[in-house]
Amino acid sequence: MSETDKTTCFEPWNEVGKKPLIEFRGVSKKFGALTAIDNVSFNIYEREFFALLGPSGCGKTTLMRMLGGFETPSQGQIFIDGKDISTIPANQRSVNMMFQSYALFPHLTVADNIAFGLKRSDMPKSEIAGRVDEMIKLVQLGNLGGRKPHQISGGQRQRVALARSLAKAPKLLLLDEPLGALDKKLRQETQFELVDIQEKLGTTFVIVTHDQEEAMTVSSRIGIMDQGKLIQIDTPDRIYEAPNSVRVADFIGDVNLIEGNATTTADDKVIISWAEGQPTLTAQTTTNITDGAKVTFAIRPEKIAMTTDKPTDASNAIEGHIHDIAYLGNVSIYKVRLSSGHMIKAQAANTRRLSRRNYTWEDKVWLSWTDTAGIVLTK
Amino acid sequence: MKRFTWFNAVSLTLGFAFLYIPMLILIIFSFNSSKLVTVWAGFSTKWYVSLFSNDAFIDAAWVTLKVGFISSCAATVLGTMIAYIMVRGGRFFGRSLFSSMIYAPLVMPEVITGLSLLLLFISIGLDRGVFTIILAHTTFSMCYVSVVVSSRLASFDVSIEEAALDLGCTPFDAFKSVTLPIIAPAVISGWLLAFTLSLDDLVIASFASGPSSTTLPIKIYSSVRLGVSPEINALSTIMIAIVTFGVLTTSIISKRAIKRQRLEEEQAFKNG
Amino acid sequence: MNFRKYLLILIPYTWLLLLFLVPFIIVVKMSLSDTEMAIPPYYPYFTLSEGWQGIVNFFSELDFENYVFLAEDNLYWKAYLSSLKIALISTAFTLLIGYPIAYGMANAPPEWRPTLMMIIILPFWTSFLIRIYAWMGILSQEGFLNQFLLWTGIIDQPLTILNTNIAVYIGIVYTYLPFMILPIYASLEKLDISLLEAAKDLGCNRSQSFWLVTMPLSKAGVIAGCFLVFIPVLGEFVIPDLLGGADTLMIGTILWQEFFANRDWPVASAVAVVLLLLLMIPIILFQRSEQKQREAEQ
Repeated sequence: MSETDKTTCFEPWNEVGKKPLIEFRGVSKKFGALTAIDNVSFNIYEREFFALLGPSGCGKTTLMRMLGGFETPSQGQIFIDGKDISTIPANQRSVNMMFQSYALFPHLTVADNIAFGLKRSDMPKSEIAGRVDEMIKLVQLGNLGGRKPHQISGGQRQRVALARSLAKAPKLLLLDEPLGALDKKLRQETQFELVDIQEKLGTTFVIVTHDQEEAMTVSSRIGIMDQGKLIQIDTPDRIYEAPNSVRVADFIGDVNLIEGNATTTADDKVIISWAEGQPTLTAQTTTNITDGAKVTFAIRPEKIAMTTDKPTDASNAIEGHIHDIAYLGNVSIYKVRLSSGHMIKAQAANTRRLSRRNYTWEDKVWLSWTDTAGIVLTK
Repeated sequence: MKRFTWFNAVSLTLGFAFLYIPMLILIIFSFNSSKLVTVWAGFSTKWYVSLFSNDAFIDAAWVTLKVGFISSCAATVLGTMIAYIMVRGGRFFGRSLFSSMIYAPLVMPEVITGLSLLLLFISIGLDRGVFTIILAHTTFSMCYVSVVVSSRLASFDVSIEEAALDLGCTPFDAFKSVTLPIIAPAVISGWLLAFTLSLDDLVIASFASGPSSTTLPIKIYSSVRLGVSPEINALSTIMIAIVTFGVLTTSIISKRAIKRQRLEEEQAFKNG
Repeated sequence: MNFRKYLLILIPYTWLLLLFLVPFIIVVKMSLSDTEMAIPPYYPYFTLSEGWQGIVNFFSELDFENYVFLAEDNLYWKAYLSSLKIALISTAFTLLIGYPIAYGMANAPPEWRPTLMMIIILPFWTSFLIRIYAWMGILSQEGFLNQFLLWTGIIDQPLTILNTNIAVYIGIVYTYLPFMILPIYASLEKLDISLLEAAKDLGCNRSQSFWLVTMPLSKAGVIAGCFLVFIPVLGEFVIPDLLGGADTLMIGTILWQEFFANRDWPVASAVAVVLLLLLMIPIILFQRSEQKQREAEQ
């Protein structure tokens, strides 16, 4: 399956009547008085690369451990292939897990680690060695098969863990923060490799991560979790461009949040009055907003254009002074102070060299954006 | 900042002298040709000869080794089970009673443990002998084993066991093929501790033993009560030599293993 | 799964119940019985052959006579007090000697520490009895210590040390020293050296930074070490028996004598029960301080 195929055709969640591989039905999990998972229902489809994203302690790991068979739901059911798995122990599920700590068996060699699950399956002994070689090739471990886990580097251990969990060709692979222990550069490379491997094998992957960039890179859909609830499930681009709540917008990427009161117009537009002495904002919206409702207008810094003169054609334009500049190399973030005291972040790509840049501290600038650049949120 | 001072050096030297001089004197006088343990009268190994021809000592040593071996094996099995239950068992009925029964023997004076076991053996009509000493030693040393093994189990990454289950092991298979090999060093030190405690024990063995079963400590105690004797010095020297040899070899072996592992890890890190 | 788990629990549980809890209940029961010049040397004994009435009779025969006896005979009072005194004094001496050693170990270069540690632990592996015996030869009238002191001319008459309380103190300090050193060393080794540098930076000299920083931060180790020495010393038998003299009164030796020499099992049991009650105080205090320590670390 090629990259283009995936983006154009692979949307099983939009197909009517498509059977999900995994189905959570009203699942809750309580640890004593603490509710870790709060009435969660959602589906995951075959061949998906599904990411559970959220801050630590949001319940994403618990949700995954239920799939692996290490936790049982206090309420609700989980179905894999239409079968309720709540009572099936971990060792009898066709689900494998790659652990955050990798959990490699320190007393076994790389090859024995990979063969561990195979030896406990119904695979004939004669085929095991071949399968191990295949897995070693898949994750590009070269000739490290005879080494012990402490004799290889962190990145190599991560590959062994992946190979071991894939060796039994599970229907579903769970990855618990699989790249958390790697440094940034290696992590980015490995993310793409992970996607390649997933596409090559066609196995359904569920990944748990707190790194939004990682979730966006690898997954077909992302489920955002907060305090035990799934607050939005969508494709990475929709999560970013069309968050359904302030919390999602704030969690993913950088965002300016402006609170105000909405006035609806006839043509699906909303006029937001938000501060005394500031021009109202105009935005398009598809959600139903009642007149006079309190809303939050969310706009990403990179959607804001910055000019010295007032733009004539923009539907929204506000004036301010540059308060701070953060130079990040490829881009710079400008913090612009408005006369009302609000601080708006705008991002500009550094296509020119630093010395020739236009703006500096305390310059007067105009911020502008179109009426489709931002999004109006009601919760 | 310089840390190690003269004061530190002097206190360490004096401290170590205090710990080792008595044993050195003991060893030196085991080679004394005089019957008097305190006056040097020339080198001789005759006390070793007379020790080895003393059947009472040889018999007692044999009983001690037998008791030590069997009780430490039993204590290791039971102690490892206890550690596993305490660390991984979760909640079960009577857990707090269970945990207090494990820790109580560690602080219980030996005289009380001995007395209570003796009263038990008498009230159920069990004849005292090697078997009752084994029962008694197993009971108190399994608690020590459980402490050693549970500290290793507690620091052990649970996800390694979960990974084994995930890959198709039954819980018992996971314990046998993953947990046990990893905690093996702690299990072995638990066994060694149990064995040493058994070899060393005088008080509990005195209560639990019968007339036919004298262990080495009981034998040493009864002859020491009559005063110092060069034969005991010779016996002590042998025991000290065995222990020193054992402790030194195990520590050198484990030190080498740690060093090799560290080297290999560095190598792996360098190779990326 | 659950069935296996319970089987796993059941085996050691039953073992401990039968060989730890039941014997202890028997001791308590024995302490409430009367001494008899018979075999077995106590009354009443528990039997099911007389049915329910027999059990009722059995319980009605139990009384606190032995405890009254312990309270009235001041030998036991003195023995308990003297055990407490000996345990307290020897714990203090062990601390005084052990702390500088632990401090020296913690200040030693890191590559020496495992070796130093082994030097401390090695005597622990050798027989306890032998280590006590070694002191018998040193402390006796014609022993090594007296010979040495006579030779240096410090004394002209041999000192009587063996079979006195001083010998008991020496023996206790000697055998329990590792129990004091190891926890103190563990807490000193954890101490972050930058704290001492900060103290120096803020104007402390060496001894000030020791008393203001090192000492308070090693408190947990000192407390643990003191309990680890105090608790077992309270019930000690071998050391006072071999090194002590006629005036050395310790409860462990009293219990032994009551049982083996006097064959007074009920009184010996009562002595044991009182000793255990006495031990509960330091044990509970120790548990509390460990608990506090754990909470502080979290």
